[in-house]
Amino acid sequence: MSEPKRKRLAIIASQGTLDWAYPPFLLASTAAAMDMEVGVFFTFYGLTLLNKEIDVKVAPQTNPAMPMKMPFGPKGFQNIEWPIPNILANNIPGYETMATAFMKKTFAKKGVASIEDLREMCVDMGVRLIGCQMTMDVFGFGEDQFIDGVELGGAATFLEFAADSDISLFI
Amino acid sequence: MTEMNADQVLDCKGLNCPLPVIKTKKAIDGMEPGQILKMVATDPGSKNDITAWASRTGNELLSGDQTDEGYVYFIKKS
Repeated sequence: MSEPKRKRLAIIASQGTLDWAYPPFLLASTAAAMDMEVGVFFTFYGLTLLNKEIDVKVAPQTNPAMPMKMPFGPKGFQNIEWPIPNILANNIPGYETMATAFMKKTFAKKGVASIEDLREMCVDMGVRLIGCQMTMDVFGFGEDQFIDGVELGGAATFLEFAADSDISLFI
Repeated sequence: MTEMNADQVLDCKGLNCPLPVIKTKKAIDGMEPGQILKMVATDPGSKNDITAWASRTGNELLSGDQTDEGYVYFIKKS
């Protein structure tokens, strides 16, 4: 009996912020756990997600729906949604750094894996991580700044893999 | 609730999506066909997710119950 063909998931990860770093790694690791064959093509700002040290932030000013809640203090206090106007959010120095720290803390408290952990799981489960060669050239990135196991390629490399995929996502 | 003897127990309490699924997959990978894994989670989303994972991977979800301990799943490795 021949093995049935595995389902295939092809993802393009194009964003380099903390919130947008989650979907590609989360879906890729889960799909791999569901015995799917997975490839992620990291392009433009998404390419920074392959750096050995991931340094991404969340930008509240471009996410007007983002709830601003405190990850500490009594429960009633934590449930307050702070109405911080964009005009302030855009101009308070360090606001983005604070929002990033709060998001990481909230996620950790809720038992959500870190981006680094999800990425490691992807590597462990054999997810293909493809870095965009063109983006490397444009942004001046070197292959030595990426984690081990990253393949390099371009649009055709991704499309060749995606052509036989069952699910294809642009994130 | 369904109670049966498990060959291995996996504690996923306090973990959120997708960790219970991924840890279940890793535990099952290390087991022999026919063996039974007991997994306990607190994530309410695990109910649908573990069902979907089992159906996709062909491992058999023998039972899934909400108990005082949390959501308790018994999974037989295919």
